[in-house]
Amino acid sequence: MEKLLLLGAEAIAQGAIDGGMSGVYAYPGTPSTEITEYIQHNKIALERKLHSQWSANEKTAMEAGLGMSYAGKRTMICMKHVGLNVAADAFINSAITGVNGGLVVTVADDPSMHSSQNEQDSRFFGKFAMIPILEPANQQEAYDMAYEAFELSEKLKIPVMIRITTRLSHSRAGVETRPLKNENKLTYPEDPIQFVLLPSNARKRYKGLLGLQSLMEQESERSSFNTFYPARNKSLGIIACGIAFNYLMENYQDRKFTNPVLQLGQYPLPFAKVEKLVSECEQVLVLEDGYPLVEEMLKGYLDKNSKIKGRLDGTIPRDGELNPDIVAKALGKEVKVGMKVPDIVANRPPELCSGCSHRDIYNALNETMLEFGKQKVFSDIGCYTLGALPPWNSINSCVDMGASITMAKGAADAGVHPAIAVIGDSTFTHSGMTALLDAVVENTPITVIISDNGTTGMTGGQASHATGRLEEICIGLGVKPDHVKVLTPLPKFHDEMVKVLREEMLYEGVSVIIPRRECIVQMVAKNKKDQKAKVEEVAQ
Amino acid sequence: MKSDIILAGVGGQGILSIAAVVGMAALENHLYLKQAEVHGMSQRGGAVQSHLRISEQEIASDLIPEGSADLIISVEPMESLRYLPWLSENGWLVTNTTPFVNISDYPDMKELLAEIEKLPHQIALNADEMARQVKSPRSSNMIMLGAASPFLDVPYQSLENGIKKIFGRKGERVVQLNIEALTAGRDFSEAHKK
Ligand code: SF4
Repeated sequence: MEKLLLLGAEAIAQGAIDGGMSGVYAYPGTPSTEITEYIQHNKIALERKLHSQWSANEKTAMEAGLGMSYAGKRTMICMKHVGLNVAADAFINSAITGVNGGLVVTVADDPSMHSSQNEQDSRFFGKFAMIPILEPANQQEAYDMAYEAFELSEKLKIPVMIRITTRLSHSRAGVETRPLKNENKLTYPEDPIQFVLLPSNARKRYKGLLGLQSLMEQESERSSFNTFYPARNKSLGIIACGIAFNYLMENYQDRKFTNPVLQLGQYPLPFAKVEKLVSECEQVLVLEDGYPLVEEMLKGYLDKNSKIKGRLDGTIPRDGELNPDIVAKALGKEVKVGMKVPDIVANRPPELCSGCSHRDIYNALNETMLEFGKQKVFSDIGCYTLGALPPWNSINSCVDMGASITMAKGAADAGVHPAIAVIGDSTFTHSGMTALLDAVVENTPITVIISDNGTTGMTGGQASHATGRLEEICIGLGVKPDHVKVLTPLPKFHDEMVKVLREEMLYEGVSVIIPRRECIVQMVAKNKKDQKAKVEEVAQ
Repeated sequence: MKSDIILAGVGGQGILSIAAVVGMAALENHLYLKQAEVHGMSQRGGAVQSHLRISEQEIASDLIPEGSADLIISVEPMESLRYLPWLSENGWLVTNTTPFVNISDYPDMKELLAEIEKLPHQIALNADEMARQVKSPRSSNMIMLGAASPFLDVPYQSLENGIKKIFGRKGERVVQLNIEALTAGRDFSEAHKK
């Protein structure tokens, strides 16, 4: 046993490795990326040859993970909250198929939207699928939950969700590790049609899932992650979910609660414990980072004068992540007010790195659009989304992965011409390919710019599935070869880029333009590594 | 004993290596540590900050409550002011004075320095210039850590040990340069703190 200094995300990774995992499946997305990256570089994981390569998207990750579980091995699938939307079909159905080897879906939510389009709460998805959810309060619990989740999953024969939020995922603390477990042996499901969700079978499996609910509740009731702290002052009881417990504790410096507290780390709700708290206290404050899931469940629909307090009645702001000050205010404690930020402090938004290839293509695109008019460029999710901000103001949409091509298609169907889609190479293979196929089938007049930097830049440079096969994919999907144009996005080719963009925009069919130049950050990192390798070679 | 520290800078300026050295020092002294980082969207030249907490007692929150940070260490002058709401009444602000100008409305330097000087407990130093003087232009963040060290509740020697651990792989010379930078920063603060 060792003590390691780990990010919450890394603690989950280490817990999964130590818990006997055989593989992780994931698509990068802040704040979940570090889980898989840690596994990719971990010594034991490398020795054991655990699967840790990136998947094309969250849905393929979810399905591959289910396949590994089918074969009896323990597997983890990781994604950010919006990625779970992509995987939702497989995810919800995995609760009906159940599992063979332990299967854990770790989802990192992003309340306050530090780097996301929304702040949806994945616990709703866990509840929707009717599976157990684990929600760690700190890095140690993140480790422990990942370590124990496979067993819970195998015991109930059902997937288990671990839900974390940005703050825990990206915060470092000491974590004590536990003994390394063996991997499972290859086995096939005892029931040969368990994974066949034909209606007749699915109905049976669904009844089985419903029947499991009381067992899941019992597990929650007994769980060491759901702790009741009794106290004298019954005027207010507190339910603190996940990391909210830390913010609560911050307000009790001697760590002694004056009011009864239920720390919640495992769902479904432990009925008896919740009832005890609610019945013995005059009011109950629910602290949860994300949506008011527990609050809503306790409150009911018509109960206007409920004794349940939280985000719904304004005791806590309806949006944004929690912090110690928000909790202090909700508890009626005095909050220190710090100094003001002087007026001269200006905003400093993120921007594309200097020398980034996206800059050059946006410059060319902006010039071309002078001729074609404004508000016709649909974009997507990646570094290039920063092209929505000044000085470029080049793009008019960013909704979800792949939506640039499909939105451009819809706009073209509505009569917008030219309709332009900007997408990245990694995003294109994530969910742009099927969108492009839709356009090809109808020969919709759209111009798709796949800004190819050879990596997944936004999340720190993970391998892109498109590298080396982009033209082939586009032509394979049916784009005419003479309308697949590769450009080199550099200032000296500006005029040429404008010329090609203009030509393709005038074309009344599907065209794909691929400006290709490596991400500067990745190039510098690679050069450093090569140099180091050379020095070492010489030294030997 | 506890130190609640806000590390401030611009994405890409390497505030995380300051955190890493302090983290090593905390481990050596068997202290508890929590450090919340910023990843993703805000990194590309945007404002970034990290909450770093070390304590003899177990630490609850990953975030520092407002008005209670003991120290702001900023590798950029304007960024040092962005987090004033966190600074406690007796807290120190230690900042580099070399601006990182990647926005068109960057404030006037004179006004900026005047705002910093208004604070009762502050150390402002040109770490980039000092790093050049110790012939290690990339060690300005270790100059900053050195300058902050008198206000940090960890033994100075542990910071040096932290540098040895963090930069050890890069060779003895890199370690030595970073330790020199740390010392230079430390000396500056000792001479200028009131
Ligand atoms: S990380 Fe790469 S792709 Fe992203 S802005 Fe920087 S250079 Fe461009």
